[in-house]
Amino acid sequence: MTTEALASPQIPTRGLLSRAFAGRSGPLAVVCLVLLVLWYLGAVWLNAPVLIDGYERRDVDWTFSQLAGDAMAMERPILPAPHQVAAELDKSVLGTKITSKRSLVYHAWVTLSSTLLGFVMGTVLGVVLAVGIVHVKTLDRSLLPWVIASQTIPILAIAPMIIVVLGNIGFTGLVPKALISMYLCFFPVTIGMVKGLRAPDPLQMDLMRTYSASTGQVFRKLRWPTSLPFLFASLKVAIAISLVGAIVGELPTGAQAGIGARLLVGSYYGQTVQIWAALIVAAVLAGLLVAAMGGLERLAARRMGARP
Amino acid sequence: MAVEAAMQRERAAQAPAGEAGNAVIEVDDLSLTFETADGPVYALSEVNLTVEAGDFVSFIGPSGCGKTTLLRVIADLERQTAGRISVNGVTPEAARLARAYGYVFQAPALYPWRTVERNVMLPLEIMGLSSSERKERAARYLDLVNLKGFEKKFPWQLSGGMQQRVSIARALSFEPDLLLMDEPFGALDEITRDHLNEQLLRLWERTGKTVVFVTHSIPEAVFLSSKIVVMSPRPGRIIDVIDCQLPRDRTLDIRESQDFAGIAHRVREGLRAGHSYDD
Repeated sequence: MTTEALASPQIPTRGLLSRAFAGRSGPLAVVCLVLLVLWYLGAVWLNAPVLIDGYERRDVDWTFSQLAGDAMAMERPILPAPHQVAAELDKSVLGTKITSKRSLVYHAWVTLSSTLLGFVMGTVLGVVLAVGIVHVKTLDRSLLPWVIASQTIPILAIAPMIIVVLGNIGFTGLVPKALISMYLCFFPVTIGMVKGLRAPDPLQMDLMRTYSASTGQVFRKLRWPTSLPFLFASLKVAIAISLVGAIVGELPTGAQAGIGARLLVGSYYGQTVQIWAALIVAAVLAGLLVAAMGGLERLAARRMGARP
Repeated sequence: MAVEAAMQRERAAQAPAGEAGNAVIEVDDLSLTFETADGPVYALSEVNLTVEAGDFVSFIGPSGCGKTTLLRVIADLERQTAGRISVNGVTPEAARLARAYGYVFQAPALYPWRTVERNVMLPLEIMGLSSSERKERAARYLDLVNLKGFEKKFPWQLSGGMQQRVSIARALSFEPDLLLMDEPFGALDEITRDHLNEQLLRLWERTGKTVVFVTHSIPEAVFLSSKIVVMSPRPGRIIDVIDCQLPRDRTLDIRESQDFAGIAHRVREGLRAGHSYDD
């Protein structure tokens, strides 16, 4: 951009680039580019010692460009280069039948299904607990401390053991993993909803009282709508940790299926490229899930007449 | 217990409110003390008051004189600590359960996720009216407060004065005989306020409702009321009750008249007397 363009920002014929930088896509692209460059540099730097070791053992002369080239083409690099991961993704996402056990789409689906099941169960549990806590004084005093204490258990650390124990008593497949997810994601929902259901201001509550509204009517017509923004904020957190729970739950399943299983197999055989590909898929999945919650939130906000 | 409540409700609902000389609200030696960490606060002290059917009664006084508290006791939003009060011949609680009054708060207290129309329908939904009846009433009362055409708007799309008119339509929609208004126009500019005062007066004249109105504006009280209750703070008590027999079809011009000035003067004197007590 020239100084002239800066001085007169109203000029209608702006280029693609300046429009991109007026929004979010431009800065985002720059950040991605910087990360990519850092990744390449990191790949060379981390893989170099192994390679140099090899060169010296075989007594070959090497140049930096040779080192850089080799560092990005190793079969089992410490840190694979982005294009290696991209190639692996291409092979295992697009190049394989999605029903095959080599397809990352298949594994992502396995993880996604338990994520969603756990998320739904956790959300329902979280909302039910919050409704109880807000309406019943005894529950308020007795339950909330336990809800908070529940999260002090390092569930991620003992999740594999829980899966094994549940497996031994006959629970296998989707449900045990979903239980881990549920355990993680009911918490933000409960905390958010307790706050949300108590968010109506005193005047709005007084109004309901002047109508002699029943507790159920106050809930449906005032507390619930007031709490929705809080619910959606909680759901965004909940769905992301629900995915984490599902992946951790997959680690001890005997490496059958799911992104977690894929990570485990990768680390057994030192297949770092495969691990990174699985990580990328997990990250994309998490991003999509959170974005979906954001979409739902906007939809609800529009229906509830929120200011645009 | 339930039977008793039902009977009270019936009595409250049957209590005639349109006839003159019929006490709608009777307050007898009523006191209310709030217990706070800094010791008791005497919000109301030995208040006696009768509001007749068809009256337009204003409570006027400085901040902290208990006028809002008294209104809230009538509405069963607070409980007195001593004395007796009856609304439509029953306790405030029974009157509230019988939905005997409509309450207009200082702020519009509209639900932001509901359209104007659905805000007006809120009490009707709670009281279980049919959807066609709800629609018809919302249209009628929005028309009454001159908000026809704004049915589908959301509250944030309306000015403060329009929002307060919606809240008045909401209080009228279930057709209570008693209207309790807590400084409904306090936050509005003077031009809007004058306009709404005139509309409210026309409404009162036309419907014959009993209105209890809290304000701290002397002209507003004199212009609107048939009876002005002057209150003073610490402890909140009534120091004067002034009959205000200006004609019911008065217009804003009456504020220039001698009668108006005379009543306003008496109110001001009363307020001043209440204050000197304080120093």
